[in-house]
Amino acid sequence: MPANPRTITPAPVPADSLLIIVPAYNEEAAVGGVVRAIHAAMPGTPVVVIDDCSIDATQAVAREAGAQVLPVPHHLGLGGCVQAGYKLAFELGYAYVIRVDGDGQHDARDIPRVFEALRTSGREMVIGSRFVGGNGASSGAVRGLGIRFFRMVLRPILGQTVHDPTSGFVGVNRNALQVFSKSFPLEYPEIEALVVLQRKRFRFLEIPCRMHPRTTGRSSITAVRSIYYIVHVLLGVFVNVLKFDQRGRHPAKPGKN
Amino acid sequence: MDRLLNALTVLSGLLLLFVLASVRRAHIRVEYSVSWLLAAAALLILSRSRGLLEAAAPKLGLSDPPLALLLVIGCVFVLMFYRFSVIISKLRDDNIALAQRLAILEFHLQALRDGQPHA
Repeated sequence: MPANPRTITPAPVPADSLLIIVPAYNEEAAVGGVVRAIHAAMPGTPVVVIDDCSIDATQAVAREAGAQVLPVPHHLGLGGCVQAGYKLAFELGYAYVIRVDGDGQHDARDIPRVFEALRTSGREMVIGSRFVGGNGASSGAVRGLGIRFFRMVLRPILGQTVHDPTSGFVGVNRNALQVFSKSFPLEYPEIEALVVLQRKRFRFLEIPCRMHPRTTGRSSITAVRSIYYIVHVLLGVFVNVLKFDQRGRHPAKPGKN
Repeated sequence: MDRLLNALTVLSGLLLLFVLASVRRAHIRVEYSVSWLLAAAALLILSRSRGLLEAAAPKLGLSDPPLALLLVIGCVFVLMFYRFSVIISKLRDDNIALAQRLAILEFHLQALRDGQPHA
């Protein structure tokens, strides 16, 4: 019986090999559609849904839709979940990884363009951005303010403007994969991950992508939690900046964030 | 002052006994009981050293010896909370790394069950 072409193999993978990871937590209503949309956009590309110990049927729905599942044994939060996917991809030898959220907000039809940008730009990270020629429609007022605030904070640190610092639609190459598999922020990872990359003098690129409003479930960042979010991320950014300043003398230990 | 010191003596003694009993019942690992035992012993000694407190208070800019006592107690517990925060952070890091490793192993195991050969 021939092996399923979508199934991951541990054998050496080709230079352009791509793995798509989908972190999901209680997303039974959306994850099946996400996986099917990815398969339609990128036929033959393996998809791994990282289930963050959901209490609903996320795992079963993902498998039924044709994804493989990386089942995290207890709830790790988004960062721990995504890092598990990065570790798996790095160990299996993948050259590129694209992360698509399991809530269905990212448009899978943009994945080929993210992949193409990863392969041709030479940048370590490609961010699918709502605000570079995209629709930008799905960010609420509070989130929009937060995004503008972090854009301002990150500009001098990164040395370039990042229009959509909270985007979870992100592709990385193997260099970034190596770094992230050892050291990745555990909570609210998107913004801190940019600073982690900057510490390594890696570069990123933003390309326009479409974003859909969430149709099922609820965002983990409520209005009240957004204050905690801002404080937490700011602290994480500055801790990483301090590590960056001392990099030459005392390299940061892997896995600490 | 005397009443406060006597109360501290009793509380320190109880803390010592309570920690030792917890170690004996394996509720606390020996290495994590050391901080508590040292703190309790230090407070016990301090509560029986009235002269030391009276000498230390003016040097710390405090008019009242009991305030010096409260300051020392506060410092001891802040240090202990810091130590336990470090320990908890390390345990959390280790826990996450283990959970991720377990997930990856389960992933490989599932692939084997599905008939896909894994190295």
